[in-house]
Amino acid sequence: MEHAPFKTSFREEFHPVTTTPVAGRATATMAARATDLSKIYGQGETQVVALDRVSVEFRQAEFTAIMGPSGSGKSTLMHCVAGLDTFSSGSVRIGETELGSLKDKQLTKLRRDKIGFIFQAFNLLPTLTALENITLPMDIAGRKPDKQWLDSVIAMVGLADRLGHRPAQLSGGQQQRVAVARALASRPDIIFGDEPTGNLDSRSGAEVLGFLRNSVRELGQTVVMVTHDPVAAAYADRVIFLADGRIVDEVYGPTADSVLDRMKQFDAKGRTS
Amino acid sequence: MFRTALRNVLAHKARLLMTVLAVMLGVAFVSGTLVFTNTLSNALQNSSAKGFDQVDVAVEAKYQESKGDQVGKSPELTQALLAKSEQVPGAASAIGVVSGFTAIADKDGKLIGGGFQSQGGNYWEAKDPRYPLVSGHAPSGANEVAIDSETAERAGYKVGDTVRLSIDGPVLKPTVAGIFTTDDGNVAAGGSLALFDTATAQSLFGKAGTYDEIDVKAAAGTSQATLKAALDKALPADTVETTTGKQLADDQAEMISSSMSGLKQGLLVFAGIALFVGTFIIANTFTMLIAQRTKELALLRAVGASRKQVTRSVLIEAFVVGAVAAVTGLVAGIGIGAGLKSLIGMLGATVPDGPLVITPGTVGTALAVGILITMLAAWLPGRRAAKIPPVAAMSSVHAAATTKSLVLRNTLGALFSGAGIAVVLAATSMSGSDGQAPMGIGAVLLIIGVFILTPLLSRPLIAAAAPFMRVFGISGKLARQNSVRNPRRTAATASALMIGLTLITGMTVMAGSLQKSIDKMASSAIKADYVVSMANGNSLSPDVAEKVAKLDDVTASSPLRNAPSRIGGKTEYLTGVTGSTIGELTDLTVDSGAFKVGGSQVVVDDDTAKSHGWKAGSRFTVNYEDGKKQQLTVAGVYEGNEMIQGIILDNAALSPHETDPADMQVMVKTSDGASSATKDKLEKALGSNPAIKVQDKKDLSNEIAQMFTLVLNMLYGLLAMAVLVAVLGVINTLAMSVFERSQEIGMLRAIGLDRKGIKRMVRLESLVISLFGGVLGIGLGVFFGWAAGELVGSSMATYELVMPWARMAVFLLLAATVGVLAALWPARRAARLNMLTAIKSE
Repeated sequence: MEHAPFKTSFREEFHPVTTTPVAGRATATMAARATDLSKIYGQGETQVVALDRVSVEFRQAEFTAIMGPSGSGKSTLMHCVAGLDTFSSGSVRIGETELGSLKDKQLTKLRRDKIGFIFQAFNLLPTLTALENITLPMDIAGRKPDKQWLDSVIAMVGLADRLGHRPAQLSGGQQQRVAVARALASRPDIIFGDEPTGNLDSRSGAEVLGFLRNSVRELGQTVVMVTHDPVAAAYADRVIFLADGRIVDEVYGPTADSVLDRMKQFDAKGRTS
Repeated sequence: MFRTALRNVLAHKARLLMTVLAVMLGVAFVSGTLVFTNTLSNALQNSSAKGFDQVDVAVEAKYQESKGDQVGKSPELTQALLAKSEQVPGAASAIGVVSGFTAIADKDGKLIGGGFQSQGGNYWEAKDPRYPLVSGHAPSGANEVAIDSETAERAGYKVGDTVRLSIDGPVLKPTVAGIFTTDDGNVAAGGSLALFDTATAQSLFGKAGTYDEIDVKAAAGTSQATLKAALDKALPADTVETTTGKQLADDQAEMISSSMSGLKQGLLVFAGIALFVGTFIIANTFTMLIAQRTKELALLRAVGASRKQVTRSVLIEAFVVGAVAAVTGLVAGIGIGAGLKSLIGMLGATVPDGPLVITPGTVGTALAVGILITMLAAWLPGRRAAKIPPVAAMSSVHAAATTKSLVLRNTLGALFSGAGIAVVLAATSMSGSDGQAPMGIGAVLLIIGVFILTPLLSRPLIAAAAPFMRVFGISGKLARQNSVRNPRRTAATASALMIGLTLITGMTVMAGSLQKSIDKMASSAIKADYVVSMANGNSLSPDVAEKVAKLDDVTASSPLRNAPSRIGGKTEYLTGVTGSTIGELTDLTVDSGAFKVGGSQVVVDDDTAKSHGWKAGSRFTVNYEDGKKQQLTVAGVYEGNEMIQGIILDNAALSPHETDPADMQVMVKTSDGASSATKDKLEKALGSNPAIKVQDKKDLSNEIAQMFTLVLNMLYGLLAMAVLVAVLGVINTLAMSVFERSQEIGMLRAIGLDRKGIKRMVRLESLVISLFGGVLGIGLGVFFGWAAGELVGSSMATYELVMPWARMAVFLLLAATVGVLAALWPARRAARLNMLTAIKSE
């Protein structure tokens, strides 16, 4: 397995925002940005702060992994940035669009046109064939898929001979490859993955992660992925660590070992404090 | 196990709601029917029993059966018999009863009480104990009448007013002499009663000097039985029979309860249909609940529960659900029973007062029906639950039903359907009543076959809807695919709707065809412009025919006079007509001979001719009612139909033998044909009598149509319950589907299908399922309507199939509406699903 060169940069805890160019791209623009994002559940005594004034940017053509222990708020952060969940305060932008002011309908349209999703449980429709699942977002939008692009996506995930199959006839790895193709097919501005390898064996997981990284490297796609697996995180260009609803660390060009080290430090800190 | 079952019911309250509602509606229908009919029957019996208070023993004529050449008749109850009865030891007094039809017009000239319950009678001497006067005095002479207080109140008549009455045609205008109250059951049920003095009543009702019944009152200390024995001894046993008042009251009560039980059974059939439809929902719900709980049930098996225990736990759940539904249904049914009573009161019919009758039988039946049906419907899913292997607790996917069971199912379904169709087709070629039983059996077989086959049928039929669904884009495509995802469930849901629509369509086809045929029959055989008849189907006085014949515009007219006779030891009904004009008024096909009526020449219909072996030119002897004989000659044989049949002879020959000639109707042809001006003239000439109908062919058609519409609307109303239950079933299935697919729906929302799209998807699925049930139901209904029509049509020359295309379109629309309405709530729920909980794995 090939890894990016070992390179970390430890910033101040509350200002992880950086403009350091990655992988030689000098003029990276923001695909998504969260500023002072807070998400609070409940009130008074029972109040739970899931996100505590988090500010983070996701650059175009960058592969970001979000890590953190259970309850750290990593999934909540992704859900809020992806327009799946509402937030209590702060702001979220996808490209030039501010999410906070959008109604459900506009938000749905934004997800449809600008965002791709990959879920842990694959979430394919069992009644549709692999190809129909891939083109589903375009079908919803009532658009014709770009044939050339579609072919290249399908070729990349290696599903050309499985297009007529239904999900039940595919293995888990193949199903998740369909899900990856679905996320890529509509050329979204940003793809969010929620533990995309969580339900896969290591070989299938490596395949899926490889596709995601290739899509970033070769196609200039932006990917944000929540994971708890250091090996998966090592595929990313950057890893953000969350704990107790805050960003506590950031690593550029991670390796599985470096990520594991960081996680051990947090665990130790958590135990001593 | 009981605790587990109870917990399960409580945990799935919302999902069991529709099931409870479905069972509840069925039970409410059953208990409502029982409460209503028991209450009504009880009230009518009480009120009729009161009507017999004044009668200790009734003396009636003993009907003499037809024998040899003698036509059967009732001996007369004469004044002498009355006098004799009064003098029997133990008799205090005797009243001679005369009764007959008497129509009373309200102040606008309209008939009170619809004609069927317009009764008349005699007021006995100066003070009739049966009818206490509330105002005025006893009627006396031809120009006075007493009317009952209910009628007086309804029409606003007071003592001294002039009322318009009609007995058999001519209009009478007597003065109201008195107003009385009565316990008469007919009045209690909304009819009217007009009383004359005895002599007037006897002459008006054509019973000069005789009575219909003699009511004898016992002296103090004499029992009814003693009096009856004394009367039996004193009166001629061969001409009269006696009955005690108690016996009369009992007979009446028996009659009321048996006529009520007819109504009860009729209503219960429809309640049964609604309950049957409900079983599909129950079975569906339990199947789905068990599918959702596969792991739990497998765990129970893994920790040592036996198969029997698993089945039992499902049945206990069904018992709890059934019990809740039955109790609420019973309460609702009692409400419906009470509501129906006051509803009928509001519609104008007077219902005698009485308490609401809730018998233990009603309560028991309602509870048993609700609980047993629920448990029975849950039994199959329960058995299936027991077959879940313990290992299913460990693996996430439990093997679905094997294809073998579908192969078996389809084979079985095809066998049933094929047998059903074959039997029904065979039945259509049989004659009338012979074919009824095979037809019924065939219909049941076919319906069962189609039930079994619906999962198979769902795929091609729903696939046929694809082009239509494509209009709705991705929502349409997903909806179509979702609807065939679980063919059994879709099939059960659609079947529930199918049953109601099959019956509704079948009845509509039959009614439409029959209406057309009867219409054709009524109008094709007659050339007359008008038919004059009595509003209630009673006979007309010969006066009417005479009056009509004298009118200037009338070119031809003839009464149809019916009389029994004996010919060759058989009773034959004769139809007396005006021989010279009948040819211009009827349009009958003559098979042989000539259509000539006059003197001793008569015409005979083909069936009668065949049964006696007559041909044109045959001669036979007729024995009239008065015992006289005559030689008649068959001039011609015509094709009979339901309107005109039997032996037609000239009134000049028939009437001398009739003591009280009565006409069924008078046929009239006018110089100007049928027009409203001519009709007005005819009506005026007959004294604008509310009891007399003057109808042209169009009126006859309308009358027939109205009758059919009324019956059909009642059936629609009763079947609406079955459709309503089916709607609950569709709601239930959709709600379950939405629940099961919440993860998919969440994903669709996440990748950009908006709420509208989700709603549309659920609605379209509902529409597809409903239309599937609708198409099946309408198709089956047309087939059954056609088959039943063929059967009936074999004995009806004018029968022709009428396809109610417009109605069928309405029914399809109804099915679509059911689909859209049923989806309202599930679609809303689907659109509001929380995306995040939906897509979170596991």
